[in-house]
Amino acid sequence: MTDPERIKGGVATPVPHDSAVRHVRGEAVYVDDIPEPPGCLHAAFGLSERAHARILELDLSEVREAPGVVAVLTARDLPGANDVSASAHDEPLLAEDEVLFHGQPIFAVIAESHLAARRAARKARIRYQDLPAILTIDQALAAGSLLEPMREMVKGDPEAALAAAPRRLRGRVELGGQEHFYLEGQAALSVPGEGDEMTVHASSQHPTEIQHKVAETLGVPFNAVTVIVRRMGGGFGGKESQGNAPACLTAAAARLLGRPVKMRYDRDDDFLVTGKRHDFRIDYEVGFDDQGRILAVVIDQAARCGWATDLSLPVCDRAMLHADNAYHLPHARIRSWRCRTNTVSNTAFRGFGGPQGMAGIERVMDHVAHALGLDPLEVRRRNFYDPPGGARTLTPYHMTVEDCVIAEIVDELAESCAYARRRAEIAEWNARNQVIKRGLALTPVKFGISFTLTHLNQAAALVHVYTDGSVHLNHGGTEMGQGLFVKVAQVAAEAFQIDLDRVRITATDTGKAANTSATAASSGSDLNGMAVRDACEKIKRRLTAFAAERFQTSADQVRFLPGRVRVGEEEIAFPDLVRMAWEARVPLSATGFYATPRISWDRAAGRGRPFYYFAYGAAATEAAIDALTGQWRIERVDILHDVGRSLNPAIDLGQIEGGFVQGMGWLTMEELVWDEAGRLRTHAPSTYKIPAAGDRPRHMNIRIWERGENREPTIHRSKAVGEPPLMLGISAWLALSDAAASCGPAYPALDAPATPERVLRAIARARGERWP
Amino acid sequence: MRDAIRLLLNGRAVELRGVDPRMTLLDWLRVRRRMTGTKEGCNEGDCGACTVSVTRLENGRPARRALNACIQLLPMLDGCAVTTVEGAAPAGRLHPAQEAIVRLHGSQCGFCTPGFVMSIHAACGPGAPPEADSPPDLLAGNLCRCTGYGPLLEAARQARAAPRPDWEPDDEAMAAMLRGLDDDEDLRLEGGGCVAHAPASLESLCALAAERPGALLVAGATDVGLWLTKRLDEPAELIFMHRVKELRHITEKDDEITIGAGARYVDARPVLARAAADLGELIRRIGSVQVRNAGTIGGNIANGSPIGDMAPALIALGARVELRLGARGRSLPLEDFFIDYGRQDRAPGEVLTAIRLPRPADPARLRCWKISKRFDQDITAVLGAFDIAVEDGVVRHARIAFGGMAATPRRARATEQALLGRPWTEETVEDALPALARDFAPIDDMRASAAYRLRVAGALLRKRLIEDMAPGAPTRLAGTREGAA
Ligand SMILES: Cc1cc2nc3c(=O)[nH]c(=O)nc-3n(C[C@H](O)[C@H](O)[C@H](O)COP(=O)(O)OP(=O)(O)OC[C@H]3O[C@@H](n4cnc5c(N)ncnc54)[C@H](O)[C@@H]3O)c2cc1C
Ligand code: FES
Ligand code: FES
Repeated sequence: MTDPERIKGGVATPVPHDSAVRHVRGEAVYVDDIPEPPGCLHAAFGLSERAHARILELDLSEVREAPGVVAVLTARDLPGANDVSASAHDEPLLAEDEVLFHGQPIFAVIAESHLAARRAARKARIRYQDLPAILTIDQALAAGSLLEPMREMVKGDPEAALAAAPRRLRGRVELGGQEHFYLEGQAALSVPGEGDEMTVHASSQHPTEIQHKVAETLGVPFNAVTVIVRRMGGGFGGKESQGNAPACLTAAAARLLGRPVKMRYDRDDDFLVTGKRHDFRIDYEVGFDDQGRILAVVIDQAARCGWATDLSLPVCDRAMLHADNAYHLPHARIRSWRCRTNTVSNTAFRGFGGPQGMAGIERVMDHVAHALGLDPLEVRRRNFYDPPGGARTLTPYHMTVEDCVIAEIVDELAESCAYARRRAEIAEWNARNQVIKRGLALTPVKFGISFTLTHLNQAAALVHVYTDGSVHLNHGGTEMGQGLFVKVAQVAAEAFQIDLDRVRITATDTGKAANTSATAASSGSDLNGMAVRDACEKIKRRLTAFAAERFQTSADQVRFLPGRVRVGEEEIAFPDLVRMAWEARVPLSATGFYATPRISWDRAAGRGRPFYYFAYGAAATEAAIDALTGQWRIERVDILHDVGRSLNPAIDLGQIEGGFVQGMGWLTMEELVWDEAGRLRTHAPSTYKIPAAGDRPRHMNIRIWERGENREPTIHRSKAVGEPPLMLGISAWLALSDAAASCGPAYPALDAPATPERVLRAIARARGERWP
Repeated sequence: MRDAIRLLLNGRAVELRGVDPRMTLLDWLRVRRRMTGTKEGCNEGDCGACTVSVTRLENGRPARRALNACIQLLPMLDGCAVTTVEGAAPAGRLHPAQEAIVRLHGSQCGFCTPGFVMSIHAACGPGAPPEADSPPDLLAGNLCRCTGYGPLLEAARQARAAPRPDWEPDDEAMAAMLRGLDDDEDLRLEGGGCVAHAPASLESLCALAAERPGALLVAGATDVGLWLTKRLDEPAELIFMHRVKELRHITEKDDEITIGAGARYVDARPVLARAAADLGELIRRIGSVQVRNAGTIGGNIANGSPIGDMAPALIALGARVELRLGARGRSLPLEDFFIDYGRQDRAPGEVLTAIRLPRPADPARLRCWKISKRFDQDITAVLGAFDIAVEDGVVRHARIAFGGMAATPRRARATEQALLGRPWTEETVEDALPALARDFAPIDDMRASAAYRLRVAGALLRKRLIEDMAPGAPTRLAGTREGAA
């Protein structure tokens, strides 16, 4: 079993998640599982029941008198700033005189138990004066309610090219939002320390931001606050900024009361209070030739951002940056409206706008193919960016795509999934069957890797080697299930050539790795892997220099072999060398740092090289619909995905499968419904349906693209894998559209999510039937 | 009269006296006992993160059931052996479910994982229901947002095939332990300002209920539980019915089937599936394994929801309900039980004791379809149930009922009339559609629009016809046409 020439758990090995055994035994500790410090109190928010209103009277007397209540806080009671925004300073932790969405926190109850706090929070008597509420994209556009003026990217002369195009069509697609539904809701535990110190245990993708926001809330310097994140029970972007509120609230209460305070949102509150994926409406006009080659497009994206800025601007930017997906658009105008509405403030969600941008252009491809009576895959192929060296490589934001491998991946997948044969079989099936209709779609993904805000592309790490040769590993990345910790530990094990179990993974801690970026933009292992390797290499260089000197040889005669170090002719066990180095007073700790090279982005001009590289993949999905009821099933999916050289194939496969299912859920069954009063009606899993086990396609063939390799010198030439696979789910939506299209001659123009009702409407559209 | 709850927790006997009988098992585990392996993901029975494995005596034999701890109230565990993830395996060992999940990379964030472990754990125990052999059905009540389920489904398959772990007591020993907890004493519990009764016989239940008409009756608490955890109701008095064995009886005669109102879906399903195949398939789609292990048929009816799934199908089959107020019993057709939204023909203190349905001559005659956004564990947008008999091409019998189309589950009487005596053809169905629009004026809500509901109701009638006209043609995406083809 054990190969002396290979360490156990080095890079590229499919080792299990580092916490797997703790997960299955229920021993993995999440915020709410941390043994409560003595005297710990519990917090709950009182929420607005209006979408937009002035608060005329806030009567909290019954709340205060409710059993178990220790304190009730309003905005006036906060010790410092009343702001939990990521950057724009427009997001009060507790509303002051005006509420801006239904579900906005107005006050907080601190009580002896979670249940007592929740009960008391409902006892407020609030008098509101309703103000006009802007709830929809239409209303926002009509009222000019935008977070910032419309933004635009232009390449070439799209209007002239449209006018000259032999064929043209227009369309509109609506894409619903998506609730993260991380299984562990938002949670934070704040424990007051000496003087102005505060320790916060958070379920957050962004401990540094929590540190900053908590410090501002308390009016203390950043160095007074320590934020610790061991793990999250899922994040998906929903814990990038949305964890600020519970952290700040508990810290404020802990400071005021001098006792530890914990808060976890009940699931319904979590739905009501926290932001979601932005819903988009995309209008398109496209000019093309008879072969389906795109000549020009104008794409207008309107996003519902909600009541505050949060991360909406970069989200909408990324939607624009993915409006091309894998296609060369010779002339393009891409515009974006960021609508401010009286609904929950939408936020980061796996893909960060990319999925919406990509779904838009995939709809265009599908529509063009339908208009020409061509196979949509053929149309897609004709428009792919050229491989390196080709002529058609310039994006609408004037970056040259240098690494395009999509044609290769798609060809390989089309072959392995028998696309052509199955298309014919499906056509035959559909001709024979009136009730159950089938559809197939193969769609590509090209996803840009890097934060578009260039300065965020940095990471810090801290590595200690102890004198027994064991390693303590810390970095700014957070673990939310994506397997970052084990991957980075594999990098450290590989660097030192020691077995993985010699590397101790530790909680993210703002006291160890400072000034870090959010674990987001799929960047976790790219950035932190490199930072950790940098730290390891520093220590290795010191060990090498020491060994060379001690054994009277040159540094190039020192090599780290599995579990040992060869120095000239000698071999020394790693722990022995470490101990010798310590005795010789060689420092065995190092910090590491990494900043992504080669990127730049001029946001105002909409030009630059925002991405270090692209990740690619493709999926072919087959669906069946019931043409009588609109119900459907996703039957089969074949996926080929490029992860570069995988750091851990088991983890990567898990990301791909989970990403696909989550993307499929977004576009098919997950429906957020607001009523006319601006109330979210689907605020719990009873009404908001994420894919369940039975929704997983019965046949799922997932492969990592074997030829994948990052052209850029990333960590072991791997590629980011967190977000890109989500967009493979677009194929599920378009497979449903394909099935609907078989019901009649017209284009079904299926909107998302493709609930049975929307599918039935699409069928009616295809048949040219009237729908009341 | 006993005044303490008795249960086994991970093999150790526990007696609970003075605890608030409204406390959920989950809160008790996590808050009181600081056993935090069992997670809370939704607090309403929908995500399965809180799943525990509970062994109880059913017909004298131990049956291991997965239950949602978040909507199990403590008194409901009286007489049960509760296993949580902490007790799934002794120190240093892994249960086959745990071992398989680790080996197959079935956990990512890990928050859902203990729930999956315990769902599979329950399915590896005695008395496993048929779902245990179908991993997607078995795990329908466990949501995972990270994995995409593949490894978890495979883990369920492998764990079910593995030998029973050597540390688990055999069925006989387990039965003996459970019998030791069982008695025929009525229970009276008091704590936290709430009084609860858990009578052991039908006689004392009916007497109690009649005497205390203000007390809230609790069966499986799959509805009641949410009133406590979500609406935060604070009922002052509860009467638990799960200990009344007579209420759980299911009897099959040649011409009639009687289902005790306290029979849980898991126990009633085989009998009802034999009587009408589509009814079995419908029950498979009610909630999840956890919900069906707790919820009762009587609770579904007594709750009176317009989107309760059992009522339309049972109305179509001509079922009657039996009620008892104190010693006085009565019986009425199920469709007459529902008066209006939130109103049923049931006096305060009156107990629903049984549902009686005439055995259908042909188990394939009833057809019913549940329309929802998700196939598994979703609440109905529209449910159509059709009992239509055709002789010589002419409709001779038609009982049609819908859920989700009105304020109560209701018969489509005008539609029935439009079909009766007419040839069973597309034309007749088309002609009947206006009658359907007279029968129902559905509403818009988050599950579907009124327009969709009406359109689909008509489509289901057409589907009913198509299944007769083209017996071999595929018409279903979920379930099979078990005998309906
Ligand atoms: C996650 C989840 C999914 C669900 N999915 C579905 C679904 O798909 N389809 C569906 O129809 N339902 C569904 N339900 C609802 C629920 O499971 C059913 O309505 C269930 O049958 C209720 O039975 P119970 O024993 O749990 O009733 P309880 O919750 O104990 O009681 C419900 C009501 O009925 C009264 N009651 C109960 N028994 C009697 C009796 N014998 N006499 C008089 N009154 C009585 C109670 O007082 C109470 O008012 C779901 C629930 C959950 C939590
Ligand atoms: S916590 Fe979700 S089912 Fe119990
Ligand atoms: S592993 Fe994260 S929810 Fe299942």
